[in-house]
Amino acid sequence: MLDQPHVPLTVMAQLTQGSFALDVSWQGDCRLLGLFGPSGSGKTTLLEVIAGLRRPRHARIVVSDRVLVDTATGTHTHVRDRGIGYAPQDAALFPHLDVRGNITYGAGRGGSAPLDGLLRMLEIEPLIDRPIQGLSGGERQRVALARALASSPSLLLLDEPLSAVDVPLRRRILELLGSWIAEAGIPAIHVSHDEADLRVAADQIVVMSDGRLVGQA
Amino acid sequence: MISGELLSILQLTVVVALAATLAMLPPGVALAWWLARSRSWLKAPVETLVTLPLVLPPVATGFLLLRLLGRRGWFGALLDRAGIDIIFTWKALVIAMVVMGLPLVVRSARAGFEQGTRRFEQMAETLGAGPLRVFLTISLPLARRSVLAGALLGFSRALGEFGASMVIAGSIPGETRTVALAMYGFLETGRDHDAATLAVASLVIAFVAVWISNRLVRERA
Repeated sequence: MLDQPHVPLTVMAQLTQGSFALDVSWQGDCRLLGLFGPSGSGKTTLLEVIAGLRRPRHARIVVSDRVLVDTATGTHTHVRDRGIGYAPQDAALFPHLDVRGNITYGAGRGGSAPLDGLLRMLEIEPLIDRPIQGLSGGERQRVALARALASSPSLLLLDEPLSAVDVPLRRRILELLGSWIAEAGIPAIHVSHDEADLRVAADQIVVMSDGRLVGQA
Repeated sequence: MISGELLSILQLTVVVALAATLAMLPPGVALAWWLARSRSWLKAPVETLVTLPLVLPPVATGFLLLRLLGRRGWFGALLDRAGIDIIFTWKALVIAMVVMGLPLVVRSARAGFEQGTRRFEQMAETLGAGPLRVFLTISLPLARRSVLAGALLGFSRALGEFGASMVIAGSIPGETRTVALAMYGFLETGRDHDAATLAVASLVIAFVAVWISNRLVRERA
């Protein structure tokens, strides 16, 4: 797993929203970058900027050699063309589709990941034909994670993806997820306010506070 | 018992109102979605224009349509040259119903598009979906109750349309004489019993349509 190449990643973003200011600059090689910090430190905002859901004032975001945003040159790749696999904390599953419909929604993006392995890894095989409404919070999060992984992304953004899952299952899945990400060669940013979770699979952990990166953990 | 004459009036009214409802849905839904999402400066004027038929006297709306679609009208002259006659035909009736019902479809559908569909649209975009796919697979299914509620309100409005229809479609038996127009004619000629029968029939149809529409809105909330 450790032999897999790391992917060069540049994230520079400045955004002001009311009294909150995001000012982040990070550059390095990454496979699974852990982003740790307290609630309100700007972790989710940063992921949304990378995903293209928020427009920053100044930004340069480069994944591998692909420029997603560069405000200096006016480059702004549309959300749908960024190749992002985003698993938000609230899961945001499509309420009118069942579990299968949700997971396969982004699978048309090209070369979708094998579904059976994903379902097994996330322990959601029995849920595949269930409607979303009957799922628990933890089940919803695992389905959202499967949806992000199944879409063949070129960058994974995981925002507290398993916070509602009980600790033993969470740790088990995080270990498998770390291996899956390494084997797939997809860089990932994993946000959590639980440093122990990040230590399971992240190869680097950076700490965020008040909208800024303040060091490494 | 309802006489054959009254039954054919009811039948014509329901068929034309259904055609008008189907015709008002595509522009109504498109406008509703655009108004819910757009930040253009055109939004306020378009919103006002679409709402106008709700507040204008229906006869004034009919008069404007007559100026637009009449043989010497701005658009009607072109249609006349192409051999298409609109005024005082069932087509004029459908147009009047569409114009009067459209604001109700737009208002209801817009509420559906504004009620929490944006987050899911964004998620679909992150998964690579283009605008048409997002609209057809996410926005529209999630707003379907509001769209359907708006369609039922538009249908109810079309059923009762009188002022604009009278001006541009007249009251031609078997062609443009709807329930509302026929009731007026019956009252003028002393056929109060027939007018009352049509009033009860339209009350029942409108009650059912509005009741279902309100249920859909409640379930959406």
